[in-house]
Amino acid sequence: MKRIRVALAGNPNSGKTTIFNMLTGARQHVANYPGVTVEIKEGKCTYGDYEITFVDLPGTYSLTVYSTEELIARNFIIEQRPDLVVHVIDSANVERNLYLTTQLLEMNVPLVLDFNMSDLARQKGLVFDIEKLSELLHAPIVPTVGRKSEGRSQLLEAIVKVAGSEKTDTSRLVRYGSEIEEELAKIEALIDAGENKIAEKYGSRWLAVKLLEQDEEVAAKVAGKELAEAVSNSVAHLETIFKDQPQIVVADRRYGFISGACTEAIKSTVEARHSISDSIDAVIIHRVFGLPIFLLLMYVVFFLTFKLGAYPMAGLEWFFDSAAGWLEQAWPAGSMLWLKSLLIDGVIAGVGGVIVFLPNILLLFLGIAFLEDTGYMARAAFVMDRIMHKMGLHGKSFIPMLIGFGCSIPAIMATRILENRRNRLTTIMVIPLMSCGAKLTIYALIIPAFFPEYLRGPMLWIIYIIGIALAVIAARVLRNTLFRGETMPFVMELPPYRLPTARGVLIHMWQRAWMYLKKAGTVILAVSIILWALTAYPKPSQESLSGLTPQQAQQAELEHSIIGRVGKAVEPALRPLGFDWKIGTALIGATAAKEVFVSQLGIVHAVGETDEDSVTLGDKLVKEYSPLTGFCIMLFCLIYAPCAATLAITRAETGSWRWPIFQFTYLTVLAYILTLFTYQIGVLFM
Amino acid sequence: MEETTLKPLSQVPEGRTVVLVRIDAGHGLNNRLAAMGLLPNVEFRVINNHHPGPFVIDLKGAKMALGRGMANKIVVSEV
Repeated sequence: MKRIRVALAGNPNSGKTTIFNMLTGARQHVANYPGVTVEIKEGKCTYGDYEITFVDLPGTYSLTVYSTEELIARNFIIEQRPDLVVHVIDSANVERNLYLTTQLLEMNVPLVLDFNMSDLARQKGLVFDIEKLSELLHAPIVPTVGRKSEGRSQLLEAIVKVAGSEKTDTSRLVRYGSEIEEELAKIEALIDAGENKIAEKYGSRWLAVKLLEQDEEVAAKVAGKELAEAVSNSVAHLETIFKDQPQIVVADRRYGFISGACTEAIKSTVEARHSISDSIDAVIIHRVFGLPIFLLLMYVVFFLTFKLGAYPMAGLEWFFDSAAGWLEQAWPAGSMLWLKSLLIDGVIAGVGGVIVFLPNILLLFLGIAFLEDTGYMARAAFVMDRIMHKMGLHGKSFIPMLIGFGCSIPAIMATRILENRRNRLTTIMVIPLMSCGAKLTIYALIIPAFFPEYLRGPMLWIIYIIGIALAVIAARVLRNTLFRGETMPFVMELPPYRLPTARGVLIHMWQRAWMYLKKAGTVILAVSIILWALTAYPKPSQESLSGLTPQQAQQAELEHSIIGRVGKAVEPALRPLGFDWKIGTALIGATAAKEVFVSQLGIVHAVGETDEDSVTLGDKLVKEYSPLTGFCIMLFCLIYAPCAATLAITRAETGSWRWPIFQFTYLTVLAYILTLFTYQIGVLFM
Repeated sequence: MEETTLKPLSQVPEGRTVVLVRIDAGHGLNNRLAAMGLLPNVEFRVINNHHPGPFVIDLKGAKMALGRGMANKIVVSEV
């Protein structure tokens, strides 16, 4: 068995992911490469004697240092040296897509060109002289239709063939005209003269072109005063000749090369006419209807998420309840009670409490995957751009924030679509302010308990609005302080509308859901067990419990436990917010997962089967606290420390502990200050 | 000789075809836009010119949305 490693490169919207799915099916996973913060997926496939590993690089238009994605794609090709690169090209847009090809040719990597969506190109009336074009570009071309899995074996055949044959030098295929070539020759000579290993690794031609394009990363790598001087001389010289920056002239020449190849080998048989996409866009991004249509679609997604999700959710709740009940019953009396308690109160309560949200999450992801695959999401970003700009964010930031109403974890993962790191970090920092599904369980406990029927709807609305308003303010503040910098100008391609395939949408949905499940199985499981232990231990002595009713005993045990002690210890700090130590323990518990607040409050107030006069938790709360405290609980829970899983994902996505620590601190401080004000001012009027 | 008037893209009404003259931006952004096909002497059509808000153009059959700030920086001449 021979092994080949293939990198998939291509523009956003070229159908690269579809091709990746077509080649590897379900055999894929997220690969970890050192220093790479963007997700890179890897998949395998066997073909004949070969085991081929495919690496799905981020979608890029080019290989400059302008965005993280491009830098990652480029460094992957240079550092990891894949055996070859498959460049996935949107056949209906060959000219613009080939821009990336010219750079891959210059990097001198073995190359296979995949002309994807060739059916759409045919519909557009484009006829390719494949043989001719592949001769001009020095790379085999394989037409495919990823959506229908057409052309899979031809593509694999081409990959195997290129991997097994001698590579011809393509680094000089694109010529830049005598003036630029002269300067390039000078720079190249200097690079070759300097005895650095870099030239071997990158190729001196590529380095020279990059230096002329004023690529900062390459400039930093190829040190040398003489060289730097020569480059700046050349740049100045070319600027006077062309009256333009050299990199623009370079880009222009690349397009010239492409255009030459295309006129020879591509014929258009049909005159371009108004496409269906144009007609749909006339409505979808209409200046008046655009926003209402967007809001309506989002409403439908949320409605379906919660409406349809309610049934399987009830099923899962029943399942975990009966599992707990069954364990309670079947457990041999008196033996290893701690293990029983660990399983029931720790594992089932903790992990079960999170997994019950899985149907909601799946449906939400399904809806979003569907909207993404149709091409609508790009339009949504466009429609929202105006509003988001006021926050100092980008239209695209809206999508992750929206997902944040479901759960922060997938929302933070979804920030990967943002190219600009400052934008991305700002978005990650404010996502926890969106009221997620878990916080909803807290509101669902407090609101009916403290507020009369007619105030319940408005109360819930107010809490959600406070979260959104705070997110807006926080984003603005962060963009003007910590993440100061030019707002990324909005440039985004609007892909043509496509009917998504069930397979594509399901793979999409599943990949995200799987991450969620993995978190539930790891982080949340671990935290649940720790919290359980902190709540259960140390136990008071048996003598001190004698003579107490079961509730009193439970209460005494809790006060004796670590959580109880910590709750007592922080009580003085929480008093000014209107909270007592019981709420304190619940707040600490809820840092594991926000739902824990409700169950923890239940434990502290000793509501259980042992209660004779079956009062609900809500009734108990009303007896002990004022509606003002109730509101303050919601306000504090909305804002303070994101749950452990959110912090973990923030760490994973930002690549440093600094950001989750910052997130934790600023949100907790903000929650404290706002709740303090609310309570103290509220008390004056009560 | 025909007089060609230069203006920022943001002032071009919907439906017009224009030729890009230059982009008043740093070389990072210029590079990026060039990679997307926006560079001098390229012809494209304005599909959508919302006021205020972003902007849609048709560039060789592909649709691109540009922010208004972006459209102010792009200098074009009408065909």
